Amino acid sequence: MPIAEAQLERMLLLNSVSDFLYREADLLDERRYTEWLDMLAEDYQYSVPLRMNVAYGETDAREQTRAGREICWFDEGKATMSLRVDQLNTGLHWAEEPVSRVSHLVTNIRLDAVELPEVEVSCRFLVYRNRVADETDFLVGRRKDRLRQVGDSWQVVRRELLLDQSVLLAKNLSIFV
Amino acid sequence: MTTVEEPTGTGAPQVRNLVDVKNGEISREIFIDEQIFKNEMENLFPRAWLFVGHATQVPEPGDFFSSWMGADPVLLTRDDKGELHVLLNSCRHRGMRVCRYDEGNTMQFTCPYHAWSYSIDGSLVDTPGALHGVPQQKAAYGTNLEREKWGLVRAAKVHNYKGLVFANWDPEAPSFDEYVGDFHWWLDNLADAFDGTEGGTEVFRGVHKWRIRSNWKFVSENFLGDTYHGASTHASVEAVGIGPGGKGKRRHGERQDQGGFSKGRMKTSFRRGHGASDNLAYEIPYPEFAEADLDEYFVAAWEKRKQKLEAEGRLLGGRGPATLFPNMSFAAGFPRTILVAHPISPTETEVWRWYLVDKDAPENVRDWLRRYYMRYAGPAGMTEQDDMENWDYATEASRGVIARRYPYNYQQGLGQETPSDLDGSVHSHHAIAGEVNARAFYRRWAEFVDNLSWPELNKLAEVDDRAMERAAETTTDVADGVKVLDAVDVVDGPPAK
Repeated sequence: MPIAEAQLERMLLLNSVSDFLYREADLLDERRYTEWLDMLAEDYQYSVPLRMNVAYGETDAREQTRAGREICWFDEGKATMSLRVDQLNTGLHWAEEPVSRVSHLVTNIRLDAVELPEVEVSCRFLVYRNRVADETDFLVGRRKDRLRQVGDSWQVVRRELLLDQSVLLAKNLSIFV
Repeated sequence: MTTVEEPTGTGAPQVRNLVDVKNGEISREIFIDEQIFKNEMENLFPRAWLFVGHATQVPEPGDFFSSWMGADPVLLTRDDKGELHVLLNSCRHRGMRVCRYDEGNTMQFTCPYHAWSYSIDGSLVDTPGALHGVPQQKAAYGTNLEREKWGLVRAAKVHNYKGLVFANWDPEAPSFDEYVGDFHWWLDNLADAFDGTEGGTEVFRGVHKWRIRSNWKFVSENFLGDTYHGASTHASVEAVGIGPGGKGKRRHGERQDQGGFSKGRMKTSFRRGHGASDNLAYEIPYPEFAEADLDEYFVAAWEKRKQKLEAEGRLLGGRGPATLFPNMSFAAGFPRTILVAHPISPTETEVWRWYLVDKDAPENVRDWLRRYYMRYAGPAGMTEQDDMENWDYATEASRGVIARRYPYNYQQGLGQETPSDLDGSVHSHHAIAGEVNARAFYRRWAEFVDNLSWPELNKLAEVDDRAMERAAETTTDVADGVKVLDAVDVVDGPPAK
């Protein structure tokens, strides 16, 4: 049975998006932060709300803090991201000296909406960090990305990340999640 | 020289022997040892005034916020009459944590284990938090269960200071006002709005909570007066600049034309253990902002507050960083934030951070502050990330048998305390490097941990013997003192009372 053209296009789109997200993970884990910044759109918005323990029935209203209004782990644009890269590149950022060993795993990638030139993508992430000797963190959760086609590649326009921890069990968030 | 008689206390190991403030040497054992940690839990946290939360987190009847006092989980609640209560979050039947939610609204906490329920509705129980419902009470207990004796354990004292809510388990403890003394000037700056409106602040929703592998006292000490660590620890953020002035500006965005961070900065050290490192007679007015409309708000607020304080005969100043003994630290300027170090074990701590904002701040100011707070402080903050690295690995490298034989050095500014007009305190005119606050903190800490009685603790705090010793030597030291003052360009003097 021949594959419908629309289906084929969607598969190719998903393949292109997945490849982009895997490449992004590689750049981060190879500490090529300056190149990574080029993958973010100038109007990039990044938010990581706090997660809270609330009663059943109140989860929609209260389970996470609201970006743009309340305290989050991160709620910032590309300018602040660039400062974070600059900080890592000073060689004096003790939280990452010696540098951590980090692996970004990206999985469960789905296209939620296709509104070319932009697409909405959902995925799961697992970020593993090990540093010095036994300092080991697992940061796991869901992510929603809005990507924009730029030439034959993509840029991240918006990233909303839900970390599955209420009390952060890592001592800091000095790596890009 | 006047000496204060040293009480003996009742605690078994004398931790005061490990804290040598005369020579500025403090044993590493107090950061590592299991027994000393147990003594802290027994003798310090159940007797100290501890910060529990902010009143604006529980604005309505039935609102609750889950918190910790030392290693005990507590609930900050508001009853149907609007009164605040602090209740131990543990069922009286089998100890189950009756509420595992971080926040919410309910007039009744029902334990999931056997369904004992506790009400904060005054129309149902005489005392909010009292035991209200016991399944099969008649069959199980007949008439023997005295429900009024089995309510949730209540903090003996609760004090709402301009929205900052503190509690104390010990009915014998001194009042909050007595415990805080003249250190309240710093709490005022934290809790009042930037224009001086009393208690005119609220907290943003969302408390940063994170775990570190270090002793809780590292956190208190850092905010108490360790301005010495900034140049090295925060070198990277200093180089990059995250200040209000925009990219490339210094991290605090201090107004260099008015002296910047170090102008007139000094230490204020209270005999009761509190301390601050800032200027009491001159205040960094507001940062240099990149955005003109922000300038407008902060300039107007600052002018208004200045006029208010001058009318009261007071000077501006006192924005910290500071620590209220034992574990509530804060900064009352940029950023304006509270940090509490909850002890878990000698080498594990859960850190909580609240962020304050003027209640009537316009939207653009709120949003700017919120973003600044997040890029500055908390585990993702570009400044604070590096602090945790130091605290954790200082703790790890102090664990060893050999390491423990060698004390930490607290000798900065030793013997250079100067009298203060504030009750029970001294100053030390060291803009950056001075450890007088830490010495006083650990001295007070040891008196608590050795379980001195309240009469003994109160007696020791009545007079600041450091000031007395210095006053006795004034004739020889005055010239040196003036020289130090000149060197940092300080306008001397605490806020007039």
